[in-house]
Amino acid sequence: MKNTLYDKIWEDHCIRKNDDNSSLIYIDRHLIHEVTSPQAFDGLDIKKRKIWNKNSILATTDHNVPTINRDKGITDPVSKVQIETLRDNCNKHSIELYDLGNIKQGIVHVIGPELGLTQPGMTLVCGDSHTSTHGALASLAFGIGTSDVEHVLATQCLNLTKEKNFNIIVKNKLKPFITSKDLILYIIGKIGTSGGTGFTIEYTGDGISCLSIESRMTICNMTIEAGAKSGLMSFDEKTHNYLKDREFLPNVKYYDQALKYWETLVSDKDAIFDRTEIFNAEDIEPQVSWGTSPEMVTSVDGAIPSSDKVSNKEEYENTLQYMGLQSGTDIKSISLDKIFIGSCTNSRIEDLREAAEVVKGEKVANNIKQAIVVPGSGLVKAQAESEGLDKIFTKAGFEWRDPGCSMCLGMNDDFLQPYERCASTSNRNFQGRQGDKGRTHLVSPSMAALAGIKGHFYNVREFMNEK
Amino acid sequence: MKNNNFKGQVIPINRDNVDTDLIIPKQYLKSIKKSGFGPFLFDSLRYTSTATLDSTKIREEDKSFILNRNPFRNGNILVSKSNFGCGSSREHAVWAIQNFGINTVIAESFADIFSRNSYTNGLLLICLSNENISTIINNALSSDSYKIEIKLESNSIILPNGDDIIFDIDESYKDRILNSLDDIELTLRYKNEINSYENKMKSMKPWLFGNE
Repeated sequence: MKNTLYDKIWEDHCIRKNDDNSSLIYIDRHLIHEVTSPQAFDGLDIKKRKIWNKNSILATTDHNVPTINRDKGITDPVSKVQIETLRDNCNKHSIELYDLGNIKQGIVHVIGPELGLTQPGMTLVCGDSHTSTHGALASLAFGIGTSDVEHVLATQCLNLTKEKNFNIIVKNKLKPFITSKDLILYIIGKIGTSGGTGFTIEYTGDGISCLSIESRMTICNMTIEAGAKSGLMSFDEKTHNYLKDREFLPNVKYYDQALKYWETLVSDKDAIFDRTEIFNAEDIEPQVSWGTSPEMVTSVDGAIPSSDKVSNKEEYENTLQYMGLQSGTDIKSISLDKIFIGSCTNSRIEDLREAAEVVKGEKVANNIKQAIVVPGSGLVKAQAESEGLDKIFTKAGFEWRDPGCSMCLGMNDDFLQPYERCASTSNRNFQGRQGDKGRTHLVSPSMAALAGIKGHFYNVREFMNEK
Repeated sequence: MKNNNFKGQVIPINRDNVDTDLIIPKQYLKSIKKSGFGPFLFDSLRYTSTATLDSTKIREEDKSFILNRNPFRNGNILVSKSNFGCGSSREHAVWAIQNFGINTVIAESFADIFSRNSYTNGLLLICLSNENISTIINNALSSDSYKIEIKLESNSIILPNGDDIIFDIDESYKDRILNSLDDIELTLRYKNEINSYENKMKSMKPWLFGNE
């Protein structure tokens, strides 16, 4: 056998091969949210089509919800219509919805794994590009557009062309206080934002197997920033331990059968990959993005690269102008206005623990206008509160919010004002992403927390060694 | 609505990595419709101020941006560089491009989800070499009018000077551009096969079906 994990899940879900290069692929799990589903339900209604399997679907509200003062309801009338449309659609089609006020509400890519809705070997889709997150549980997961959301609602299938196989091997362990966020930013910096286009990336090696499942999710999450729709990691003992006792896991009757199947979810030893790259985890220092594409990233001890190192000078100049930075500037000298700890990349309990470890006993610097921590779900929030993390944050001057996508994309009231500079644990530093003319620097949770304390970037390894 | 007239003015967007946040910013994703996004295409580059879906104020255009200048304002063929459409899966990006009146995007390469969304909406995407893209962009920027014609039957683009560029395109994609197809209906032709797959899985992987 020479099959990759991707080959195996693909074959398991292939209903038929079409005349063109595509195959009809069965979808096991469909997650939906308020922003990319209304037009899909509308399409069904127009053609009077039924939902194929409502039990495969779970809905939540996340992109467009307030993270503060929820008791006052949603004040923006346009947002309110969108959220009410999801409620109506779920109600009409008997789809389970974890709405505001439900402890299980949260960012779709946080609640899927934490509730056990995401299971190894599944095909899983959602109208959101960060669906790649779920690949950390050996599930073939990818983002789709609204037309495909409608297609899955009506047929439980998609006609897809198979991607090529890309193996990213990570050797050795990350140094203390260096996180999987630094690792994936580093990888994107090396292979570029289109390095994975046309591929499914599987991450392998001892540098991956030593990571926790939540850390692995951060890597699969940002696989889309490397251009690939899906990131994958094989099933192992850690996956098994993570899944135990999650709400939607197979019941006792089927559990052993499921486990036996899950254990096959690894690439064969002699599996053939179309491309392979090797990285050494020991090479990696805390990463900070400096530009308007996630590939524009360097180490915290570095500086903004000079123009002779870039291929497109005009784009480089435009980027620096947008970011308000100069060539050669030391990353550590960049001061911040806002701090955002959250998003489907970094809002899980381990992320919050990492940030809290830095924040404990410290105060937010005077030049920081706002520092917010937005847990990924109601369950993450409750867990963090039971550990006293909320108190650590609020005592230091961080705001402790309710779960949602928040300032990652600023669809709700959490966004940057023009020219404000933010250290953010999110995934995209595109122009205007966090707010019109806003300036984003992508970092890990501990690096964002530390930027809040210092008021500028600082090497978290040095800080923790001094602390 | 199908527009098979692939002839018209080029709109050059001379940059790599045009992301879907740039094509249509987040505040317009609150819409529950597929139409009405045209005025917000490249919103942050096009206007000197931001807006919301329900605002009615008339905004000042940024005259330095290509879409606010003649003849590009009335163009229907957008030409850009590598990794066009990267980032968010928002299909609103494709709708905004189509709502504006653009029916073809030519670039060095496209991001995967954007390609897929273009396919499902019948937006024609063509990949050309860096060299050909630079020729088209530079000529379009320096001409009063630069109209090209895409001939799908011969996989060629005719430039204003009569030169032609041959491109590769998937035949099934071409077929769907030329014939409006209902994807869901096509898939539902295999309803029996989907049902029998599902029945097989109910015995092989019963845990996937709601612990019934």
